[in-house]
Amino acid sequence: MSITMSPAHNIESAAVNERTVDAALRAEGISCWFGKRKVLEDVNLVMERNTVVALIGPSGCGKSTFLRTLNRMHELTPTAALAGAVYLNDVDIYGPELKASVTRQRIGMVFQKPNPFPAMSVRENVLSGLKLTGTKVGNSEELVQWALLKASLWEEVKNRLDAPGGSLSGGQQQRLCIARSLAVKPEVLLMDEPCSALDPTSTRRVEETISEIADDITVVIVTHNMQQAQRVSDTCAFFLAEENRPGHIVESGLTEQMFTNPADPRTNDYVNGRFG
Amino acid sequence: MSTASVSGAPRRPRTFGRREATELIAPLAIAGVVTTVLFAITPLAGPVGFVIVMYSLFIAQYYWYARRTHGVKAGVDRAVTVVISSAAAFTILPLVFIMGFVVAKGAKSLTWGFFHHTMEGVAPGAPASAGGAFHAIIGTLIQVALATFICVPFGVLTAVYLQEVRGRFVPLVRVIVDAMSGLPSIVAGLFIFAVWVVGLGQGFSGLAASLALGVLMLPTVARTTEEMLKLVDPSLREASTALGAPQWRTVLRVVLPTARSGIITAVILGIARIAGETAPLLMTSFGNDRANPTKTLSEPQESLPLFIYRQITSSQGASVDRAWSAALVLVAIVLVLFVVARVLGRTRPAK
Ligand SMILES: Nc1ncnc2c1ncn2[C@@H]1O[C@H](COP(=O)(O)OP(=O)(O)OP(=O)(O)O)[C@@H](O)[C@H]1O
Ligand SMILES: [Mg+2]
Repeated sequence: MSITMSPAHNIESAAVNERTVDAALRAEGISCWFGKRKVLEDVNLVMERNTVVALIGPSGCGKSTFLRTLNRMHELTPTAALAGAVYLNDVDIYGPELKASVTRQRIGMVFQKPNPFPAMSVRENVLSGLKLTGTKVGNSEELVQWALLKASLWEEVKNRLDAPGGSLSGGQQQRLCIARSLAVKPEVLLMDEPCSALDPTSTRRVEETISEIADDITVVIVTHNMQQAQRVSDTCAFFLAEENRPGHIVESGLTEQMFTNPADPRTNDYVNGRFG
Repeated sequence: MSTASVSGAPRRPRTFGRREATELIAPLAIAGVVTTVLFAITPLAGPVGFVIVMYSLFIAQYYWYARRTHGVKAGVDRAVTVVISSAAAFTILPLVFIMGFVVAKGAKSLTWGFFHHTMEGVAPGAPASAGGAFHAIIGTLIQVALATFICVPFGVLTAVYLQEVRGRFVPLVRVIVDAMSGLPSIVAGLFIFAVWVVGLGQGFSGLAASLALGVLMLPTVARTTEEMLKLVDPSLREASTALGAPQWRTVLRVVLPTARSGIITAVILGIARIAGETAPLLMTSFGNDRANPTKTLSEPQESLPLFIYRQITSSQGASVDRAWSAALVLVAIVLVLFVVARVLGRTRPAK
């Protein structure tokens, strides 16, 4: 819905102008390696504040890798290397001003496979981010309810907050993971194919959640589902890895534009499903 | 006919009913009779041969019948199920025999007095009813508890270092832990004897025994815990890190709680490893006829393995009876510890 309602997008129908955009997150010249193998080359992307940015592209083109550079998860892989910079509100997250753990608190992440903590109850799962970062909270009950409401899970679990996190269904677990990420009040939420393990109903609910949280959070979502990209995202970036060329962005811009009138023929082929 | 089984009351598939029991017992009985006849009229002889022949006949018939009535797949399925079940039964057979033997021998002179008397002032030739193992029981409980208390933090920390921290010294630590697990228990005893009892002049004590037992327990706890940590889904560590947790909090709040029942298993295995150790005690706690729980740190102390050893070696009839009773108590204590640890491992603490 924010696609049609955001006036900024209607005015700027061409490529997003970096100077006028309020960037929550900005990637500059990102290149990634696993060992000697370069999997991403010179990726530049501006992620505008309080919008949903979709990363699309064929399997293996480096979407997950790129996403993981945005909150410093990439460096946890022993062989991983990185070049370039990522700016969170114009502060380089790889610079000395920001600790990795603080960066990750401010830039949350939801994974492809739901991974609630099995040794914790639903409530403890929601509050786990605070416990894990040693953050004190005044009214934890209120926070639990707020996060679960945001993740549209409250109605389903309000009577079993003490049940183990693993006892929920897959779709509920994924929304619990979203609630867990929201409870630490991040500025950006990264989602790597959050619906690929879910049924259509759960997918729909997660998409609703995404639209809702985008009012005050910047969301970056990787998806293989073109309809989903169209439904939830404001802007889109198309990644591609070609023979002898590591993953890079072929084209990025407003989702509407990318899907109706893409500049590059390869984008056109991909969004219309005529692609490898 | 089939509608009855489709609707009908809820039932569990493949339950073991009367029919299944008959299908099992009938071939068993036939095999028994045929084998008895075979052994009577042919040169076949001996109990081991009897069991083998009878078992083969039984399986063959069982397979043949299931195959005729339910088809080849069902025949194979059932025959393999029975073979595997009997293999499992076979492995616990020695255990059952040993336990049965200990119970039979030990229960004979096991009286209430055995639990609250000590051997203080009991004459060498006194009947089994005089004297008891109270002092040895508390000694064992104290020493094992103390050893666990000393060892578990080190063991778990070692496992965390090997599996979570993965520091530079992992290969070295691994070699040391492996070497320790191959350490003969008497060498652990000698080590504590040389360093603690004599070297530092601490003398024989329950604590010295606990130290030796702790040394023996450490590799078991460390390696088993490490295996349990390996089983923790890496995506949980990732989720925790992505929430902004430093590694130590991830380990403390996510990894260890998730592996909790596994770690308890590791501790049980460690306790099982040391509870019956005798050799290292000879040089560390030495043995005592009196109960002295408050002097654990300073005086020689009895424990059940030492009690058994000392009673057996005195070779009086009554002493041997006491030794058997003590063996029964020791086995029972280990069993109770297992059950308690299992229960602790299963239930989540209420919040
Ligand atoms: N841990 C790793 N070690 C080595 N190579 C890796 C690792 N993770 C990813 N790669 C490689 O990096 C490239 C990009 O992988 P990435 O997971 O980012 O792709 P993706 O676009 O997310 O694909 P998908 O859509 O299938 O999830 C792939 O060629 C992959 O083989
Ligand atoms: Mg991926």
